[in-house]
Amino acid sequence: MPTQGIYTIVTNLPIARDVYELALTGDTTALSRPGQFVNIQLNGLYLRRPISVCRREQGRMTLVYKVVGAGTRQMAGMRPGETLDLLVGLGNGFDVAPARGKSIALVGGGAGLPPLVGLMETLAGERVTCALGFASAEDVFYETLLRSLGADVAVCTMDGTAGMKGLVTDALKTMAYDYYFACGPKAMLKAVHGLGGDGQLSFEERMGCGFGACMGCTCQTLAGNKRVCLEGPVFFSGEVSCECFR
Amino acid sequence: MLSVALGGVTLPNPIIPASGTFGFGYEMARFYDINRLGAVALKGTTWDARFGNRAPRIAECFGGMLNAIGLQNPGAPAVAAEEMPKLRAVFGGVVIANISGFGIEEYVATARHFDERSDAAILEVNVSCPNVRHGGMAFGVTPEGAASVCRAVKAACKKPVFMKLSPNVTDIADIAAACEAAGADGLSLINTLLGMVIDPASGKPVVSTKMAGFSGPAVKPVALRMVYQVYERVSIPIIGIGGIRTADDVLEMISAGAAAVQIGSQNLVDPWACEKILDDLPVKMAAYGIRDIQSIIGRAHA
Ligand SMILES: Cc1cc2nc3c(=O)[nH]c(=O)nc-3n(C[C@H](O)[C@H](O)[C@H](O)COP(=O)(O)OP(=O)(O)OC[C@H]3O[C@@H](n4cnc5c(N)ncnc54)[C@H](O)[C@@H]3O)c2cc1C
Ligand SMILES: Cc1cc2nc3c(=O)[nH]c(=O)nc-3n(C[C@H](O)[C@H](O)[C@H](O)COP(=O)(O)O)c2cc1C
Ligand code: FES
Repeated sequence: MPTQGIYTIVTNLPIARDVYELALTGDTTALSRPGQFVNIQLNGLYLRRPISVCRREQGRMTLVYKVVGAGTRQMAGMRPGETLDLLVGLGNGFDVAPARGKSIALVGGGAGLPPLVGLMETLAGERVTCALGFASAEDVFYETLLRSLGADVAVCTMDGTAGMKGLVTDALKTMAYDYYFACGPKAMLKAVHGLGGDGQLSFEERMGCGFGACMGCTCQTLAGNKRVCLEGPVFFSGEVSCECFR
Repeated sequence: MLSVALGGVTLPNPIIPASGTFGFGYEMARFYDINRLGAVALKGTTWDARFGNRAPRIAECFGGMLNAIGLQNPGAPAVAAEEMPKLRAVFGGVVIANISGFGIEEYVATARHFDERSDAAILEVNVSCPNVRHGGMAFGVTPEGAASVCRAVKAACKKPVFMKLSPNVTDIADIAAACEAAGADGLSLINTLLGMVIDPASGKPVVSTKMAGFSGPAVKPVALRMVYQVYERVSIPIIGIGGIRTADDVLEMISAGAAAVQIGSQNLVDPWACEKILDDLPVKMAAYGIRDIQSIIGRAHA
């Protein structure tokens, strides 16, 4: 059940080019799974901005966002002690049950990778390899964090300035895994899905509400019409159709 | 006193979530007891199931938003057989079915289905949805077109029929008067204004259909003006819609001539919007010395 609340900024620091890590305190009881998201109200902007929850502990959560427009720019200018109005506990999140005991790949692209951190924490004790894709060395973040949480991490950059040169799927092809979780731009999700295998993919779509009221975010899956904000953002690989990547 | 009358149906209060911004109602019962609402308007329904338009369907603009959902719905038979019972499990009040179509036959079939096979109390006929290339728009932009849909639906149905009008017309009062003459029991206005948002970096429209329906606080002055104009021309009740965010907005809309109001986009940015308005309305009425909400309908015309 989603809740609304006022959250206080603890830190709001740059961690890569145009990417900020925002730590907030407030009620986190509405969050039940990694991969859920919050919807943020900002001054002078009519619609809320959806951002995935990166990590959560009792009374505290971390969001990671990339500055791409007016809303995220406003967020980047906010200081510790300032507050944000959030709808919390939106979306289904990742289901870790089918992955238990398997060898797991986490695949993340750019600003899409933050929820993989919370997922990694939930998967503590499992065999996990991460394939992280970025444009360039300046864009890389959370490589060390994911390693410290127990994952093997491979970084890819498009220009070869860090890790191996190429796409995440190039790294993924060299890995042995029997279950995957993927989060990132549609082109990346499409490539990962195209490799086959069982897994879960987290989608982004422009949203009116974020809680199932407007049908603004619907995609056509093999299991029927689904709202990215309510029945998603995470879909099983078996229900994802080519329509989802359009 | 908050209760109001709409074409023979009495509502406990004038606050109604607008079609398309409240799902089929039951989705919103997670947030508060929706039995407090004056009524619930269902998502626009066609005879056949529709996926609607491709993504992106949503854009933001100053003071509002654009949508091009394209009437996504599972079709009238499924709405009556599956969605209505889910709503009835959590809501005992007045239901307004919202009806769309691509031809008069489809309007009639869908309206008749809700008339005979559902306990919706009011049929709201959308002749104004600007999203569907071959649909609604053609009927809603002329008095004859709107009246022909109204006449056909009235002839086929027993329940009160409210015609939901498009603001994308030269003279909305002419269209309203034509609907009244064709037997409409009431009018709902306004639907979304046709608008556009362009990404300055790419130079391309953001929404897949390029043009899309503009709604939200920025459209309120247009909605108020249209309700005001229509009130001068008709004597059937008007449901005022467009940009309503607060209890004060509700009192403005009723003063312009609305007997009840619908709240649309605001539900999307605040799922408790209607509940907050319901809490605040009696407080504002007391502050302005209003005892009976019905006593101020159209007072702006005095
Ligand atoms: C479920 C979900 C989770 C997300 N998680 C993250 C995250 O963890 N970190 C992160 O950096 N970004 C995330 N995004 C993308 C983020 O929502 C957008 O980057 C952000 O809304 C842009 O807002 P803006 O005002 O800066 O940009 P503008 O372009 O000015 O925004 C204009 C409008 O378009 C919408 N919009 C623009 N880009 C996107 C997009 N990619 N997806 C959805 N709506 C968009 C905005 O919400 C707003 O309504 C997520 C999106 C979704 C749907
Ligand atoms: C996402 C969305 C979907 C809508 N769908 C419908 C619909 O199916 N049928 C209809 O008659 N109006 C529909 N509308 C129009 C609203 O019911 C309302 O008339 C309009 O948004 C103006 O009110 P507002 O400014 O309070 O949003 C929709 C509006 C929005 C924002
Ligand atoms: S964003 Fe409104 S239903 Fe998904």
